[in-house]
Amino acid sequence: MTINPDAKMEESQNGTEIYSTDPLVVKSTYSIDYIHSYAQDSEFFRALGKKKLMGSRCKKCHYGYATPRSHCMMCGAETEWVELPTKGKIHSYTTCYFGSEVFLPQTPFNLVLVEFDGFDSLFMARLIGAEQEDMYVGMPIVAKFKRLQSFSPTDVYFVPAKGSEQPSSSNGKKKRR
Amino acid sequence: MKHKGRKVYMVSGGVTKFAKSTPDMDFRLRVKKAFDYAMNDVNLTLEDIDGSVASYFSDHFQRQLMAGIMVQDYLGLTPKPSKRIEGGGATGGLAFQSGYEAIASGRMDTCAVYGFESMSHVNTWKGNEFIALASDTNFDYPVGGFYTGYYAMMAVRHMHEFGTTVEQLAKVSIKNHANAIDNPYSQSPMKLTVDDVRKSPMVSYPLTRLDVCTMSDGAAVAILASEEKAFEITKHPIEITGIGTGTDTMRLADRPFGKVPLLPNEKASDYKNLKYPGIHSFRAGRTAAKEAYAAAGITDPINEIDAVELHDAYTSSEVQTYEDLGLCKYGEGGQFIDEGKSKLNGKVPVNFSGGLLACGHPVGASGIMQGVFMFWQLQKTIKKHFKSDKLQLNNPRRGLIHSHAGTGTYVTVSVMEVPK
Ligand SMILES: [Zn+2]
Repeated sequence: MTINPDAKMEESQNGTEIYSTDPLVVKSTYSIDYIHSYAQDSEFFRALGKKKLMGSRCKKCHYGYATPRSHCMMCGAETEWVELPTKGKIHSYTTCYFGSEVFLPQTPFNLVLVEFDGFDSLFMARLIGAEQEDMYVGMPIVAKFKRLQSFSPTDVYFVPAKGSEQPSSSNGKKKRR
Repeated sequence: MKHKGRKVYMVSGGVTKFAKSTPDMDFRLRVKKAFDYAMNDVNLTLEDIDGSVASYFSDHFQRQLMAGIMVQDYLGLTPKPSKRIEGGGATGGLAFQSGYEAIASGRMDTCAVYGFESMSHVNTWKGNEFIALASDTNFDYPVGGFYTGYYAMMAVRHMHEFGTTVEQLAKVSIKNHANAIDNPYSQSPMKLTVDDVRKSPMVSYPLTRLDVCTMSDGAAVAILASEEKAFEITKHPIEITGIGTGTDTMRLADRPFGKVPLLPNEKASDYKNLKYPGIHSFRAGRTAAKEAYAAAGITDPINEIDAVELHDAYTSSEVQTYEDLGLCKYGEGGQFIDEGKSKLNGKVPVNFSGGLLACGHPVGASGIMQGVFMFWQLQKTIKKHFKSDKLQLNNPRRGLIHSHAGTGTYVTVSVMEVPK
């Protein structure tokens, strides 16, 4: 046994950043690396590298998912992977002028929900090559794939199809604020 | 669904004024203040409380796991039963209903439901990131996770489907911020014009800064009781006559295009060509309303409900929710606000308190705050608690509170009534 009444805790010179003293508000930092498995969704992310957009279809009721899921929400049966067409249409859209901290440097950016012929559900993606006032519901758009994969759903993005400009007379709906 | 449990009443409530940042108080002290307000209002002591439900959304904001037990501890409620309820933006509504269930089942005679959120520990854009983590992190979050963006796409589709206009959305902001002028608990009382709303900075088209609520620090407490206990505690308890909860797919992209679940006042022929819910409507909201209406015996909502406090995190979601609740038919939400039906002096005042838009949205507290404001409204004690009776309705008998999560993933509806 080593009893030492003179023991002294080691000091650190790191210090602490303080925002205010009354009340006392200090900076505390938190960061983690996650070992994130795409698990049953893995095929979708791998396929993007082969320039393929994968959805899924229920083996039993044939409901078609433009965002894949391995089991059907309609009947509970297993689905199978199916390739989506690369051409779709805007189901809805927005332009984000602000965003979450990680995405702030990318603002403004366009988000679209895409509908595909023969599929029952939608797919969310970024759209480039058009500004807010150029987009409209029903606009034909085309999937493009990044050459350098980051294994993120942003490995695929959409651009307007050729000749997809909105007819100028369309309902007089001008999309500017 | 028929609810066969015991009758449940609300006997008291308390709210802290929500604020952007309150570094002088942590979440425990904030809840304590709301709790003491509620306890003192009806002279309760700690022995009178059988147990509790803790309501808070995010562990990220606080960076404190098990914050619920810290509140339980601080309030002096240990070792009584308690649990934490979490369901995104609907956390408060779900916790309120969990308290209802504790009483209805006979497990407890009194239950304190306390809600809180401390969102000021991180900056607004980091806060938005945390909130966006409540979207599918495989498919949605990495694409540009931003809740205002998701709601903006729903609003665009509502506009496309039904011809709703940005001016109609702006009118919701004008109404709620104006109501807030007479609510001392509100954070941003304002007189606004359509122009003010449209010219404020665009966040996600078509939603501007004034179409969106603010993150806040805050706490709210509702005390619920069984019939026997309720009338011992106060002469004016308010009965909770029905609760309902609905859910929907996590991803907006997965919403089906099917048929409208009809309320008693609707016919299938009303919606012949409507693909439902798509992304323009909240199937969870409709499902919650249907269950709550069946339990409370409501068959004609617009004529049988006197006041509504609903989850207006966005002006567009208030318009969408008019329709889900059957205050008007699907597609008529824009017209409903145009006609002034949801104004303070309208057919059914919606968000007389100013709602989340003007009071703020400290997630776990918001749904309980609605319960407290509605309780005071039905008790006719607005003057006592707001120091002004401008927001007191004439003779309200039945109120509805509505709490909403995600892109409409969990939604709760609870009906509160003056006992007959
Ligand atoms: Zn199926």
